[in-house]
Amino acid sequence: MYAQMIKSTGQGVKSLDEMEPQERAFQERIDAGGKIEPKDWMPEGYRKNLIRQIGQHAHSEIVGQLPEGNWITRAPTLERKAILLAKVQDEAGHGLYLYCAAETLGVTRDDLTRDLLSGKMKYSSIFNYPTLTWADMGAVGWLVDGAAIMNQVPLQRTSYGPYARAMVRICKEESFHQRQGYDIMMKMANGTEAQRKMAQDALNRFWYPSLMMFGPSDAESVHSAQSMAWKIKMNTNDELRQKFVDQTVPQAEYLGLTVPDENLKWNEETGHYDFSEPDWNEFFDVLKGNGPCNTERLEARNKAWDEGRWVREGLLAHAAKKRSAKLAAE
Amino acid sequence: MSSPESSPYKDTKASIHEETRKTEWPLWEIFIRGQHGLSHRHVGSLHAADAEMAIKNARDVYTRRNEGVSIWAVEAADIAASSPEEKGALYEPSNDKVYRHPTFFNIPDDVGAM
Ligand SMILES: [Fe+2]
Ligand SMILES: [Fe+2]
Ligand SMILES: [Fe+2]
Repeated sequence: MYAQMIKSTGQGVKSLDEMEPQERAFQERIDAGGKIEPKDWMPEGYRKNLIRQIGQHAHSEIVGQLPEGNWITRAPTLERKAILLAKVQDEAGHGLYLYCAAETLGVTRDDLTRDLLSGKMKYSSIFNYPTLTWADMGAVGWLVDGAAIMNQVPLQRTSYGPYARAMVRICKEESFHQRQGYDIMMKMANGTEAQRKMAQDALNRFWYPSLMMFGPSDAESVHSAQSMAWKIKMNTNDELRQKFVDQTVPQAEYLGLTVPDENLKWNEETGHYDFSEPDWNEFFDVLKGNGPCNTERLEARNKAWDEGRWVREGLLAHAAKKRSAKLAAE
Repeated sequence: MSSPESSPYKDTKASIHEETRKTEWPLWEIFIRGQHGLSHRHVGSLHAADAEMAIKNARDVYTRRNEGVSIWAVEAADIAASSPEEKGALYEPSNDKVYRHPTFFNIPDDVGAM
């Protein structure tokens, strides 16, 4: 997802009986649907896991601006340009909401930024794929934001208060994102033959990377079991992926486009679609830094950070000067 | 992926990082009054060099869809907050004062609305 392959303590989930009173009270509060707030006691593993998860999610929102930002200057109409700009601006906002939530756990914004820029912290694999045509703006909104919504809607009920509240704000804004993407796809799919081909090509390229967003199967993972006990993960990766496929296939049919999977077939018995797994070797390779755009994305973020330095420092110096002038006048 | 055993973060175990860079802008907590005459409500935080910038940034970050008609920005370091440990001392005294709630009193139906 926007946070992929988050590892927890790896020790398996403790039962309530095995816990010290403080931790038991903490877990019971979560089990009862209560929220954990920044100043409350929490196990060190919970704090660290959340910093990684929320941080990675925030980085994904920020880096996620790049593939779409790529088309702002080349949008086909002024209206499309304004809409795409608003969408990308929302993603910046999502990154900021999430950084705030992470900061309540005792990490600073600069810590997080530094770890993104050095490659130590990751962002979603999906943003390492290029956006080659205007139809990709449709596919990204429809599929990538669509997949993100699948994961973000349940996270509105996550146990950590600031994270849950950030997710509520984000979810309110996401459905605009998916709809504007689908709107582009409808236009393209019903346009000229060349446009229809572009739409199909965008679906072909983004289908499997979108399925990868949910991460590999984690039904057996101790990390996921711990995260689910803590309610910082609400569903297994396979559950969400299945839900995404079930929702998306009819939408592709409506567009008259073909999902690039020969094994895709409605299963009467399960009431779900059967589908092919994405290539997990490709996924791990992209995470390792070998995707088509990893280098470009990190370079772009580093460039923005380095070139913005004089502005950050200058404004801080200006603020300090104003403050001392005000103090002197008092 | 970082290993789960070491944390780069201050205030967490196994912290190895140096102090935060001095260039980080201070953190501001943002409060917004919505359209319908309600009180200002906390919506989140952001970083800004000064108050003026905090308000401008709050406009961009928290009111992109007409969410508010008024913004307050307060430097986070200036907020005094109660701590969870004080919960008992602060809130328990009101537990046994049930007569503060109107439902404590039984008023006969014959009296009418009260
Ligand atoms: Fe987003
Ligand atoms: Fe997004
Ligand atoms: Fe989005």
